[in-house]
Amino acid sequence: MKANPIVGVSVPRMEGRGKVTGAARYVDDLTLPGMLYGATVRSRIPRGKIKNITFGPGINWNEFVIVTCKDIPGTNCIALIEDDQPCLADGIVNHPEEPILLLAHADRHLLPKAVDSVSIEYDPLPAIFSIADSESRSQIIWGAGNIFKTYLIEKGDVDAAFQSADYIVEAEYTTGAQEQLYIENNGMIAGFDLQNGLTVWGSLQCPYYVHKALMKLFALPADRVRVVQMETGGAFGGKEEYPSMIAAHAALLAMKSGKPVKIIYDRLEDMAATTKRHPSRTRHRTAVSKDGKILAGEIDFTLDGGAYKTLSPVVLSRGAIHAGGAYYWPSVRIRAKAVATNAPPHGAFRGFGAPQSLFALERHMDRIAQVVGLSPAEIRRRNFLHPGQTTITGQIINEPIDLPNLLDRALALSGYHAKKEKFAQENQHANIKKGIGIAAFLHGAGFTGSGERYLGSIVGLEACPDGRVRILVSSTEFGQGTNTVLCQIAAEALGIRYEDVSIAQPDTHEVPNSGPTVASRTVMVVGKLVQAAAAGIKKTLTVSGMLSESYSPEEFRAAARAYVAQHGKLRSLAQYEQPGEIVWDEETYRGSAYAAFAWAVYVAEVAVDLTTFSVSVEDFVALQEVGKVLHPVLAKGQIIGGIAQAIGFALYEKVIWEQGRMQNGQMTNYIMPTSADLPLIRVYFEELGNVHGAYGAKGIGELPMDGPAPAIINAVEDALHVPFNSIPLLPEEIFSALVESAPLEPALPVARGHRK
Amino acid sequence: MTGSSSPRAKVEIPLTVNGKPETLLAYPMERLLDVLRHQLGLTGTKEGCGEGECGSCSVLIDGTLVNSCLIPVLQASRTTVITIEGLEYDGCLQSLQQAFLDCGGAQCGICTPGMILAAHHLLTKKPQPSLEEIREGLSGNLCRCTGYTQIIEAVAEAARRGATT
Repeated sequence: MKANPIVGVSVPRMEGRGKVTGAARYVDDLTLPGMLYGATVRSRIPRGKIKNITFGPGINWNEFVIVTCKDIPGTNCIALIEDDQPCLADGIVNHPEEPILLLAHADRHLLPKAVDSVSIEYDPLPAIFSIADSESRSQIIWGAGNIFKTYLIEKGDVDAAFQSADYIVEAEYTTGAQEQLYIENNGMIAGFDLQNGLTVWGSLQCPYYVHKALMKLFALPADRVRVVQMETGGAFGGKEEYPSMIAAHAALLAMKSGKPVKIIYDRLEDMAATTKRHPSRTRHRTAVSKDGKILAGEIDFTLDGGAYKTLSPVVLSRGAIHAGGAYYWPSVRIRAKAVATNAPPHGAFRGFGAPQSLFALERHMDRIAQVVGLSPAEIRRRNFLHPGQTTITGQIINEPIDLPNLLDRALALSGYHAKKEKFAQENQHANIKKGIGIAAFLHGAGFTGSGERYLGSIVGLEACPDGRVRILVSSTEFGQGTNTVLCQIAAEALGIRYEDVSIAQPDTHEVPNSGPTVASRTVMVVGKLVQAAAAGIKKTLTVSGMLSESYSPEEFRAAARAYVAQHGKLRSLAQYEQPGEIVWDEETYRGSAYAAFAWAVYVAEVAVDLTTFSVSVEDFVALQEVGKVLHPVLAKGQIIGGIAQAIGFALYEKVIWEQGRMQNGQMTNYIMPTSADLPLIRVYFEELGNVHGAYGAKGIGELPMDGPAPAIINAVEDALHVPFNSIPLLPEEIFSALVESAPLEPALPVARGHRK
Repeated sequence: MTGSSSPRAKVEIPLTVNGKPETLLAYPMERLLDVLRHQLGLTGTKEGCGEGECGSCSVLIDGTLVNSCLIPVLQASRTTVITIEGLEYDGCLQSLQQAFLDCGGAQCGICTPGMILAAHHLLTKKPQPSLEEIREGLSGNLCRCTGYTQIIEAVAEAARRGATT
């Protein structure tokens, strides 16, 4: 007798009880005997040579452990894509907050004063802080021309299409940096002893990224470095690459002192020093026919990568591939580049380049609609991708997605047409102007192109002596539901109870490398491998004769218990193999960029108060196709959470930079939405399934970050008839556009497109 | 301790924490947050910002919701403090905690202890709050994961189940 279906049901969150009782253990909750506390001395200037370091008076320096780059046993770099980022500055600094020196002491209260008492004398060098400055090459700060990476994506005969266009629509769009703002700041504990080597415990997304970085920094073999993930209080990409840096620092102090060392950032340090979403600039030039069909596009997509390469090439790649959105482009030329500036490196943040390029595209679609004289809904309907058509990389859409239907349903759910008409009438005499806006978009699940093949992720499943089953993966839980959903998949695949499955704490000594927990890949890719590993366990038990083909959960447990008692171990591994139809050419950027796409149409309703110039989101409808929904409550939580972050991206969260340094690194002056700022967000799913994902699931985590910002700014334009092309859009920008530099009455839209 | 820190003398601070009388020896200006976490091992109270903005360190002092990162421990002398650990009785979850689990009110969990204490405080004052009152009542506690909707649903659900009875 088979257990009831588990996939598709909102089972209790696996680690939920610990989280609602305060029992869950995060890195700062762990204290080891004899532990010291570490702190980081950082650059106060954006660029320059270090002339001299002095340790000031009033501090008993003999009590402190002091580490410089000279103490690094291996290579002084944080290994990632290209090893250009030092772990500790060696004679030169390239951004504010760059780590120079490390201190540790048993009394953590003594550290702030000690950090302030280290004075560093510099020979400053001229620095650059914007994409434009970097492009001008007035200073070369990285490589031969300040360029980390470029891509060219070409499809069709772009130039010929522009010759035959009825309209050419051009505009530029920009997005700002955004802080991930996980509520748990970054932190690590490291210990070192000659017998076991190096161990770190921390708040992190990718145990094997940290593992790789520590091996290179310490010149240690794999089995002498152990990385353990503690409960992690939010990440959103912000704990993808930088934890390698903090782990390295704690480990250097631990090795030098012979004691465990804890480094916990406070909010100011976390905000100032760690990664943020890449600021972006996108230029669109689009050839359109008189009936509103896109004929060709030229898209120039540029990211500010900060001072070191880190993950910028990969963020750039995803942003460029998503730049054409959910539309059919007969021809297109996308030039993408990531440039260097003297800011702390920008990095991974939910959406990973796509929110930037899709903001530009979905604003541009409204612009095209105005130029052609169509409604925002109609311009999208006429250009949607259909099954059998190809994306900008030439990937044939072979999922049965029906975007016009998705659009119609979203418009109906939001009452779009009636509201649009009502607002237009009521706005004439109102001081609070209302508007409604649409965004339609897609998000590719999993690593791009051949990425999953290179990763070759491995998943393990083992039976425990009591006959229960344990999942072995390096995929981490940081709120999104990894533990719960992977256990659901294993239970479903084995036909056993959810309660009879557990998941190992991610520990590189215990679990195989199932890849990083990024790119909306865990449920789809790792989940599918859990399913395959489960089949292996089942097969071993049936072939051994201990389990019949048809069994109850109790019979399975008894059989697994008996097998382990007899053979000592029952374990099954599954490794990713790329399906044959996924073909990708890294050189030409042609082929299947993603095994599956998630699709969405979002509708935002806003009210703009012309007394305060503030925008509030009054209603939000999010309709998406994400394959099979494996856990409705968690899936809904992912969508709403992503939308909330994207509302912050659009309307609230502005990083104030000065000389490459964040000036508002506190929660009092970097404003994220509170419960009083957000509407109740309405979430709806369509479930088409997906042959490449566990039980038909696709990626879900990043999708909701992509669409809200353009939908909201489109709604603001609907309310005010003023086009805003930069986010975040704060009240002062609206004030400036409406009052300072414009006629008193809001002007009619000025279409920058021109008729040929 | 080195001479350079020149701390004032520690003082005895009597108080009741989660129903248990304690006498702490602490510097008067130490943050209540640190004393709870380091001396009493009550690590369910979290630090998110250290400046009273995020609410992760929320505790109840004599029934009032406070940010424990802003409270010098001396101020808690002769008071009754309730932390997240004080809400779970005899291994049974309170209906508020259960509602957070059922409705998806906890994701990464770092804001959850403070959020639950804020919700508990709200429901004590107002057993049947409107949605608007819940939104206002929780607006001093930041959550980056949920977008709040499922937290608000959890609090409404707990009210329906009679959280404070």
